[in-house]
Amino acid sequence: MKPIYLDNNATTAVAPEVLEAMLPFLRERYGNPSSIHAFGGDVARDVERAREQLAALLGAESPTEILFTSCGTESDNTAILSALEAYSERRQFITTRVEHPAVLSLAHHLERKGYEVVRVGVDRDGLLDLVELRAALSPRTAIVSVMWANNETGVVFPVEELARMAHEVGALFHTDAVQAVGKIPIDLRRSAIDMLSLSGHKLHAPKGIGALYIRRGTKFRPFLIGGHQERNRRGGTENVPGIVALGAAAELARRHLTEEQTAVRALRDRLENGILERIPDVIVNGHRERRLPNTSNVSFEFVEGEAILLLLDQVGICASSGSACTSGSLEPSHVLRAMGVPFTYAHGSIRFSLSRYNTAEEIDRVLAELPRIIARLREISPFSRAHPVPDCAATCPAGCRGPKE
Amino acid sequence: MAWNYSEKLKDHFLHPRNVGVLEDADGKGEVGSVACGDALTFYIKTDPQTGRITKATFQTFGCGSAIASASALTEMVIGKTVEEALRITNQDIADYLDGIPQEKMHCSVMGREALEAAVAAMRGEKRTADTHEEGKIVCHCFGVTDRKIERAIRENKLTTVEQVTNYTKAGGGCGTCQAEIEEILNRVLEERRRQPAPRPAPGAARLTQLKKIALIQETIEHEVRPVLQKDGGDIELIDVEGDTVRVALVGHCAGCMAAGFTTGWIQDKLRELVSDRIAIVIEPSGAAEAQR
Repeated sequence: MKPIYLDNNATTAVAPEVLEAMLPFLRERYGNPSSIHAFGGDVARDVERAREQLAALLGAESPTEILFTSCGTESDNTAILSALEAYSERRQFITTRVEHPAVLSLAHHLERKGYEVVRVGVDRDGLLDLVELRAALSPRTAIVSVMWANNETGVVFPVEELARMAHEVGALFHTDAVQAVGKIPIDLRRSAIDMLSLSGHKLHAPKGIGALYIRRGTKFRPFLIGGHQERNRRGGTENVPGIVALGAAAELARRHLTEEQTAVRALRDRLENGILERIPDVIVNGHRERRLPNTSNVSFEFVEGEAILLLLDQVGICASSGSACTSGSLEPSHVLRAMGVPFTYAHGSIRFSLSRYNTAEEIDRVLAELPRIIARLREISPFSRAHPVPDCAATCPAGCRGPKE
Repeated sequence: MAWNYSEKLKDHFLHPRNVGVLEDADGKGEVGSVACGDALTFYIKTDPQTGRITKATFQTFGCGSAIASASALTEMVIGKTVEEALRITNQDIADYLDGIPQEKMHCSVMGREALEAAVAAMRGEKRTADTHEEGKIVCHCFGVTDRKIERAIRENKLTTVEQVTNYTKAGGGCGTCQAEIEEILNRVLEERRRQPAPRPAPGAARLTQLKKIALIQETIEHEVRPVLQKDGGDIELIDVEGDTVRVALVGHCAGCMAAGFTTGWIQDKLRELVSDRIAIVIEPSGAAEAQR
């Protein structure tokens, strides 16, 4: 049976049209776009066409502002390291506590190399603390990097305002827009954003292709040093099938953007409201308005997320969780902790992320299965409304603090 | 994350045994905390005459392997004396489930701790707190003491800090205590190095009568008894003479129509796991008592 796939912030299905578009470049059209002969050289035109398609989705002034990379992480790293190198007299990097590891791990690395790193916090709704960010900005700031939309909660940040704030101190502004591209309208022509990262596999292109938008005139230093490809901005033979696929996916996304805003949002709301109606002791994580149309992050009190996911998996439903047991560490999601979501809820958080391929029937299947699953786990749990979770910190004789962010 | 679980672990997660509050429990042990990501309450009830655990139930807040570990432990302790039950190690729980992923071993450790806490409560022993063994707190994120870390290292022959984190969670939060864990690890490893392992006796590979009996006991304990107990029955091992294993079926099994079928199944199990020469002889129930 086909799974009900509600984990589109993790990765998406390759659209059939995208697969069609890329296949010739895996078969007969395998030429190298740098070749002099027509067999290879012709392929360069397809690469440029993809660049135009992606520029159109982003509303970029010129396709030359698009640099193809291997993934979102490479784009993020390239942008931030480029700014720090180009403005080497500025030693400060400002970001947030809720970024993707592609930025947060790099921040940690930079700190060890002697850079000053500021991680701005968020409030209980996941909204950025603009006062804290403004206070951190200084003439030492080389670059401010803030995600456009959070991958776990879907909360959308005011990137235009942030970009203008960064410019006031002469810093560059980069946004990790991996979750935003294709889901919300983007018009870089009328924007102050200097650099923007995106990833193909989040918008129905395959894995292994990403892109970085670099506003014309922005000082840039390459990350991958090699051949002349990408106008000397990224060495390495182009991933032609991936680039063509990303171009096709961008064009599809442009056509379906309204659908994301209406149909996908309606399905998400149907799911979220249905859960809140059917299951007690549930909270929604993240501001309910300032949010991506496809994401719902809900926490079920008294139960643990991995157990929920495994039982959902049993009935063919794919989602993800911010619980410790699924984060690959022993601590729950850094995003939910930064928001101050209590542990009892953080461990029981489930993220549903939809795409335009989901149907109302699928959502109704989830609404039919989920209450039973939560009830079953709550039956096993020692905690309930009648037996609330003890305040560990208050009673702990050993003085253990519980994990901190 | 994926279903990196054995079939048996999955089965215990999807169909947990002995869930719930045990109203007439003699002992109740509570360990873990929601802040730390999992919590377990374990109940036991013993027969005052035999000293055997007659009922065990649990409630878990936690992931699949935490639920399965507790479920497995209830099956493992029922029918055992309290002393026998206390000899169950976290590795025994993991083995019972055909293994637990390394990074989830702390789930099995939590099971053993909860059992110990329940026994302590039953005996009226005062503990400093349900959640903590005595000792000095090393990991403040998860409240793990040096004693607990040492014990996990010794019992499971751990050699790296990462393993210690997998088994106890210590060092898995902010990570500032990892150097201290390493010190403890080095100290225990140093002790172990100074005491070389005893040389194996000549001919150790041979299945001696002594080993055979141990293996038979283990098979009955872990493979046979849990299955019978699910149907309200039980088994007593009375004697082993050469390859002849004398047992008594008790409870529902004793008068059960399917007793013949059961006998064949037990014999197959023993032949599979001990020796293909094993023969089962069923004694009338009560024989076990008479022999004591």
